[in-house]
Amino acid sequence: MKLVLKIWRQKDAADRGGLVRYEVDGLSPDMSFLEVLDVLNERLTAAGDEPVAFDHDCREGICGACGVVIDGTAHGPQAATTTCQLHLRHFADGQTVTVEPWRARAFPVVKDLVVDRGALDRIIEAGGYITAPTGSAPDAHATPVPKPAADVAFEAAACIGCGACVAACPNGSAMLFTAAKATHLGVLPQGEPERPARAVSMVAAQDAEGFGGCTNSGECTAVCPKGIPLDTIGRLNRDVLGAALRSG
Amino acid sequence: MSTVFVEGTPISDTRAPDVPLEQRWERRRFTARLVNPANRRRLSVIVVGTGLAGASAAATLAELGYQVRSFCYQDSPRRAHSIAAQGGINAAKNYRGDGDSVHRLFYDTVKGGDFRARESNVHRLAELSVRIIDQAVAQGVPFAREYGGLLDTRSFGGAQVSRTFYARGQTGQQLLLGAYQAMARQIHLGRIAMHPRTEMLDLVVVDGRARGVVVRNLVTGEVSTHVADAVVLATGGYGNAFHLSTNAKGCNATAIWRAHRRGALFANPCFTQIHPTCIPVSGGHQSKLTLMSESLRNDGRVWVPVAAGDTRPPSQIPEAERDYFLERRYPAFGNLVPRDIASRAVKSVCDAGRGVGPGGLGVYLDFADALERLGRDGVESRYGNLFAMYERITGDDPYRVPMRIYPAVHYTMGGLWVDYDLHSTIPGLFVIGEANFSDHGANRLGASALMQGLADGYFVLPTTIGDYLADGPFPAVGDVSGAQAEVEDRIARLLSVDGDRSAEDFHRELGAVLWEHCGMSRNETGLRKALELIPALREEFWSRLRVPGSGAALNQSLEKAGRVADFLELAELMCLDALHRTESCGGHFREESQTADGEARRDDAAFSYVAAWEFTGVGQPPVLHREALSFDHVTPSQRSYS
Repeated sequence: MKLVLKIWRQKDAADRGGLVRYEVDGLSPDMSFLEVLDVLNERLTAAGDEPVAFDHDCREGICGACGVVIDGTAHGPQAATTTCQLHLRHFADGQTVTVEPWRARAFPVVKDLVVDRGALDRIIEAGGYITAPTGSAPDAHATPVPKPAADVAFEAAACIGCGACVAACPNGSAMLFTAAKATHLGVLPQGEPERPARAVSMVAAQDAEGFGGCTNSGECTAVCPKGIPLDTIGRLNRDVLGAALRSG
Repeated sequence: MSTVFVEGTPISDTRAPDVPLEQRWERRRFTARLVNPANRRRLSVIVVGTGLAGASAAATLAELGYQVRSFCYQDSPRRAHSIAAQGGINAAKNYRGDGDSVHRLFYDTVKGGDFRARESNVHRLAELSVRIIDQAVAQGVPFAREYGGLLDTRSFGGAQVSRTFYARGQTGQQLLLGAYQAMARQIHLGRIAMHPRTEMLDLVVVDGRARGVVVRNLVTGEVSTHVADAVVLATGGYGNAFHLSTNAKGCNATAIWRAHRRGALFANPCFTQIHPTCIPVSGGHQSKLTLMSESLRNDGRVWVPVAAGDTRPPSQIPEAERDYFLERRYPAFGNLVPRDIASRAVKSVCDAGRGVGPGGLGVYLDFADALERLGRDGVESRYGNLFAMYERITGDDPYRVPMRIYPAVHYTMGGLWVDYDLHSTIPGLFVIGEANFSDHGANRLGASALMQGLADGYFVLPTTIGDYLADGPFPAVGDVSGAQAEVEDRIARLLSVDGDRSAEDFHRELGAVLWEHCGMSRNETGLRKALELIPALREEFWSRLRVPGSGAALNQSLEKAGRVADFLELAELMCLDALHRTESCGGHFREESQTADGEARRDDAAFSYVAAWEFTGVGQPPVLHREALSFDHVTPSQRSYS
């Protein structure tokens, strides 16, 4: 197989950057999209050029490190898939494919396809946890969790923090990410005491990082590789509102 | 063999308290000196790595009040490779009433490790397992639940009780997020200074004590030195030496290898766990291998055609012409035999020409019976995400055709030598999780890696490091520019070779040598050959390497080159260790040491020891220090699963 790749090259945050065209042939349909970049990079290295920088690590769809915009869609054309798990069998031989980094005000470009997603960590630092210091935990069976609540928590907890939701949102909002964490912890009995404070401080941190506001366009959930449902956002909004009413 | 290594003094003391097994940890906790809270604020600890062990340790040390500085090469601590562990975590809770206990978990783990682990450490691990589950639940880790709201469990390879707690196929992710969130809270409180995208490139040793690390900021290229009162390495295993493995691409051995070069002993480097249920290699482009959780063997049946060379599609092979070889050879455990047993059985049927799929390197993992018994919904609720992952990678729908699996390098049981306190042979350097060698013996049972990482980080290290830090704060260090200058020189050297082969290319070649000669089965001829090939490849590396770009910016080729350079040195030690151990043991199958029916034959009389190696120079014979193992509570016996 062969692909024509138009890849965003940008030396560093200060560089203007632009698309560069590469032709890569000798590909197999069983390759992942990142393995195509590997092949390209081996050829660039052999030719004495700098390879394309991109983030990746586990290549099993769970670490959340990888992620590029492929022909305008975060993580590419296949639903519920990370870029490392996207295989060439979903592309046509000879197809031209444009590859760009996540674009969002809160995610500055570091180099080529690599962006800085540290803002997502800072949202978690602001309250995305249950305060449970080591050594103080009661026996696990002392806190029964109704199965429906456990299932909702698990579904939201599956978020891998890749940032595709931000990249897809017309406003560059991180609401789906924040809502996933707030829902995961908020529906569990252990997370209940901190629920209002958690929602308020995480949303405040998100605003401070320069993420845009949520207008319920739903683009986030459409590209989410883990299928985090949109109603988590409604849940977070209710928590924020509830906190405001309580303190007001 | 006398020329390849030198015999050193035996290791006589591991610091395990000399009291009955069940009282050792309690005794150690009591004898470990305490540091008063006001003094903890003045003591600093560097933690390298943010997987289960590193994140849980950093969070707990910060909660205790120490000043913690944490480093990881990923863009966020949440991405450490523990996140990819699928199956589950063991704990001796006996919530099922099926006869489990701390002693049984201890017993299974010592036996499963093929009698090459320390009884003291393993017993402590089993004791602490119950508290890990409590801690994780308190943090909100969404383990699977029964309808009554209580925790669900399942069974795992090598065990006949149901002691494995799980969160669908994403247990590692959820446990790691729990520890990461605990860390995030401490970062916000200013008690942990977090340095993501920063790689440790050397250890700073001053007056015989570990006092800091030299790191490179992967974005700016800046090399800097950070000092502290103690250093903790939680940097994972070195399975990526094989190039193709189930490890994340970035996992590397640099931190532990640099510490080894600075004087830390490296124990049992040849013990590599090969995991039986991975998706087979599909072509030469392959960049990594993907594990399919071992839990699939709870309900999937492993088989191959009876006749060699049978290329019919599985649906056309009648029941009578199928060989369910694990169930046939190991009736008591069937498909749930431990990983080393299953991996070898798979290899032997493939070697006999009965493998399936491209190249014949695969066997079927068939869910037809489970689908009939549980229905599609039942199977989907247990394994749905794993099935989706399999289909995504292979293009085959496992609800309709059996999965194909083959063994792959998964986990390394070797690592830096540590005593009962998780203290290395360099004072002030502690090593936890997969980076140390201590708890798994020659083979790791399923669902015990997550247990070890969290036991070390949440419970063991925070106690034992206090005993060391009670002597602190240590004197201010003087000039530490030496180590930093060495790191800078090495980077300059990697950039200046200006040859014609990429680091990736060298890595692929090294991996092929290791897999061929030091993989699932080894023999003297092959290992001796590898010991000639590896030094030659290393020499070629330093004359033909090409690293484009500069050291003063994000340069992934440079990162890779530094890691491959270390794998090239470590690989030699792995082969040497495998060569000297002329017994089959756990994941190490020595062809010269097998029973009449092809099972591994251990040699307890000659090899019941930990092989701890001392570095003497690249290409120089290392010094072997033996730590004798004694088994007073689990009598070594031929492991039998039949």
